[in-house]
Amino acid sequence: MASEPIIQIRELHKRFGHVDAVRGVSLEVYPAEVVVIIGPSGSGKSTLLRCINGLETPDSGTVIVDGFLVTDPRTDINKVRAEVGMVFQLFNLFPHLTALGNVTLAQRVVRKRSKEEAEAVAMEQLTKVGIPEKAHAYPGQLSGGQQQRVAIARALAMEPKIMMFDEPTSALDPEMIKEVLDVMLDLAKEGMTMVVVSHEMGFVKAAADRMVFIDEGRIVEETTPEQLFTNPQHERTKLFLSKILY
Amino acid sequence: MMNSEVGKVRRNVASLIPWGRVPWWAVIIGVLGIFVGYSVLSSEAYLKVLSFVLQGVKLTLQTTLLAFALALLLGLIGGLGRVSRNPILYAIVTLYVEVIRGLPMLVIILYTGFVIGPWIRDATGGAFDPPMLQRAIIGLGFGYGAYLTEVYRAGIQSIHRGQMEAARSLGMTYFQAMRYIILPQAFRVILPPLVNDLSALLKDSSLISVIALPELLQMGRLYASRTFRAFEPYNSVALLYLVMTLVLSSLSRVLERRMRIGE
Repeated sequence: MASEPIIQIRELHKRFGHVDAVRGVSLEVYPAEVVVIIGPSGSGKSTLLRCINGLETPDSGTVIVDGFLVTDPRTDINKVRAEVGMVFQLFNLFPHLTALGNVTLAQRVVRKRSKEEAEAVAMEQLTKVGIPEKAHAYPGQLSGGQQQRVAIARALAMEPKIMMFDEPTSALDPEMIKEVLDVMLDLAKEGMTMVVVSHEMGFVKAAADRMVFIDEGRIVEETTPEQLFTNPQHERTKLFLSKILY
Repeated sequence: MMNSEVGKVRRNVASLIPWGRVPWWAVIIGVLGIFVGYSVLSSEAYLKVLSFVLQGVKLTLQTTLLAFALALLLGLIGGLGRVSRNPILYAIVTLYVEVIRGLPMLVIILYTGFVIGPWIRDATGGAFDPPMLQRAIIGLGFGYGAYLTEVYRAGIQSIHRGQMEAARSLGMTYFQAMRYIILPQAFRVILPPLVNDLSALLKDSSLISVIALPELLQMGRLYASRTFRAFEPYNSVALLYLVMTLVLSSLSRVLERRMRIGE
């Protein structure tokens, strides 16, 4: 494992009105590491992820991504975001563009690539996620699993250093979960740095290097998948696992 | 036995022509249109009136289109201001919308015609003196810009916030996300209300007759005052407005159907 963390989070706090979403989280992620965050609904997992690429502005604490101080308002956040791919629970594909349009747009306006170059990269990524034949289909014509794979291709086309997944399979029908997890597992094997919020234990066992259990805005336990499943240290972790595992 | 057979046949015939779904309003307008068109075109008096008031149609259309173009631009800027986090921009736009929406269009036109127009002339020492028509178009454009600001705002806000987040996550700036992601989607949502407002603007363009511009209504009034006849000129004026607005509403229907197919 490389010595320098690519993501460094220190004492992060974020509240929405009267709700403390994140209460003092510190976390480091190293290059090529796959970190999976689990925790109950409303525990602050998504908020933590959204603070990493600046979709939320934390109230205090620092976030450093790839050498950029995200929490400094003078940082050009768009430069950071181009290096951090994000995949959402509800896909958030652009419905007025084809799959190809979805994957090429940001390459063209952010990376300033030519149309030909962007389309070549897009086809490469769509092939990688297994749906090159859907390049000219609109999101409305695709299944949930296909849409999520286009969303992954869209993020990968920017050639990011980090990929973040916010419950990428929670909105999918059961028979479509595997096709998305397979793509994610391939990415992990290629050495992509990944931060994943997910309760897919199959993926965790196959790909996770480290597990982070968050509850009420705090990290309760940070350990390896084996440790977490065989020997959880905290009562809250045991209780949570007993609820999600059969 | 016989009765039920007959009933079945009747029902089959009825199902061939879905009487409930015939657009009766269009049929009525069509029949009336043929009747009115025939009686107008075969009458010497009406032809005389029509050829006179038709001279105003060009100005009506010109005023409507130019004012609408101005309103579209102001509405876009205003709509972006209304969803902006910049408190100064938001305050300016909200002030504009609340003031303009609170004034009758007639008052706005008189105001730009007789207050702001002369004021600009005096302030520039006569170097810049917009003619009455320009003053009227600016008045209508500013008035409708306030309505369109709200239309744009509603359209932008109807787009799920995940769209903006996805665009920003890819490294696009706020304005790139607006231009490539939010506005193209919002525009599809607001097309029907935009055409609706265009139709309303067409009708409100008749208000510029109060500053003596020779548009359609003014031509009708002129004819009426010259001949001391009200019946033919106002019928003609009403007919011409109706023809123009019906064209617009059928355009809106076509657009709506197109968009439903696109979805």
